[in-house]
Amino acid sequence: MIQVENLTKTFDQFTAVKDITFQVEAGEIFAFLGPNGAGKTTTIKMLTTLLRPTTGRIHLDGFDPWVKQREARQRFGIVFQDPSLDGEQTAYENMELHGVLYHIPRKVREERIEQLLQLFELWERRKDLVKTFSGGMKRRLEIARGFLHTPKILFLDEPTLGLDPQSRNQLWTHVKALNEKERTTVFLTTHYMDEADRVAHRIAIMDHGAIVAMGTSAELKAKTNTDSLEAAFLALTGESLRDEGANSADAMRRFAQMWQQKR
Amino acid sequence: MGAIYIMWLRELKRYFRSKAQIIVSLGQPTLYLLALGFGFGPVFAKAGAGNYIQFMAPGVIGMTVLFSSIFSGMAMLWDRQFGFLKETLVAPVPRLHIILGRTLGGATVASLQGFLMLIVCLIAGFRPTHGMGGGYNWLALPLAAVFVVMIAIVFAALGSSIGSTIKDMQGFQMLMNFLVMPLFFLSGALYPLSNLGPVMTWITRADPLAYGIDGLRGVLIGAWQFKFGAQFSFMLDFGLLAALAAVFLGTSAWLFSRIEV
Repeated sequence: MIQVENLTKTFDQFTAVKDITFQVEAGEIFAFLGPNGAGKTTTIKMLTTLLRPTTGRIHLDGFDPWVKQREARQRFGIVFQDPSLDGEQTAYENMELHGVLYHIPRKVREERIEQLLQLFELWERRKDLVKTFSGGMKRRLEIARGFLHTPKILFLDEPTLGLDPQSRNQLWTHVKALNEKERTTVFLTTHYMDEADRVAHRIAIMDHGAIVAMGTSAELKAKTNTDSLEAAFLALTGESLRDEGANSADAMRRFAQMWQQKR
Repeated sequence: MGAIYIMWLRELKRYFRSKAQIIVSLGQPTLYLLALGFGFGPVFAKAGAGNYIQFMAPGVIGMTVLFSSIFSGMAMLWDRQFGFLKETLVAPVPRLHIILGRTLGGATVASLQGFLMLIVCLIAGFRPTHGMGGGYNWLALPLAAVFVVMIAIVFAALGSSIGSTIKDMQGFQMLMNFLVMPLFFLSGALYPLSNLGPVMTWITRADPLAYGIDGLRGVLIGAWQFKFGAQFSFMLDFGLLAALAAVFLGTSAWLFSRIEV
């Protein structure tokens, strides 16, 4: 379903992603793990047509996203690291806008919006403005929205960041259920090892822009001779801290958090 | 087409839902109109230039439209990192449709603000006339609406171009101080552009808003800056604004299509 060959992204002198190659099968849940700055988000951005690769090839369901852009975009859904809902519109309007952008006929759109909002337990709040939602509700809405156009692939970039254990648990239950029911391929990144251990069929560990290991959780543990995924992860990536340089996006993210707390 | 419509509708919904915002954004131009209008009124009259409120009303209407439209485009800066922009960037529709919907939505909102400001001006005592003497000219209002819409499109498109380019708050501050305020001050909104020194004259002629203000003032109180006759002046202002709108729309579409995040 996802084929990536020798993918590289260079910013000025810094190489964020170095020559990575991997494949994800249809219906698989595939997790990308890695310390901060390992290149996970950059990889997702390249896969989802937000960033042009320096070199390398990508195929999503057989389409090169840089040649057949619209066909490729129609086939995936994405939940970004930073929220991408419109707070000034209601939950239902956010879903409807997505449905229009993805060319879903009105009748199908209405049915599917109701079905997904019910599933993610947001139907009762459908007429409320999204800015009044809690963090967990926003995330659920974003994931429901990602599934709306029945994508073949769903990208989740740290979807559970900042959520409480209850919300995380519930979120993964829904994602797993839809993965099984609709055969949606799921590509996710996370910092929580237990989540990857629990939901992912296969895991790739990324460090300094390269994939250092790939396989099932059991394979990674066996390979590193450890008994938990966290230990395997530390064995593969080392214990040193990764301090990213702060950029303007980080500064704005802090500002946005302050702003949200104030209200 | 669905994408253009839904993006346009989004801007309108946001506008009608923030009633406080509607009032607040009319506050500043109203303050200019009243404080400067009544404050400089006696000096203006003494200089033999007539009623300052009559002169200034088209200026503050233009000001309202300028600020409202250019900020609608710059709002993209915020959307880009924490909002909804990414959702539209990965959607399977041409980005041209997205930016066109956004820009036209912003222009519609700015036009509505302009019409509201016109009403505020009428309440404050402003009356459309044929020029010196000659009674009221209510037929000027639809023509003024034409210029309001033209200013709105030009600056919404300029705002969209800027919003597609700058990435942080510092850039925003800089543009505010070095672009938006000069556009306003040099447009002739507050003082007549005739009889300025040659340098000032050329600078003000390079200000797109000057043609919008001139158009508004021309149709509303019959005072055109260039002495070519009303009809020619109307066509000149309208034509220049239309050409600029086309250029800025094209630029914004091109810049928006190149956004990477």
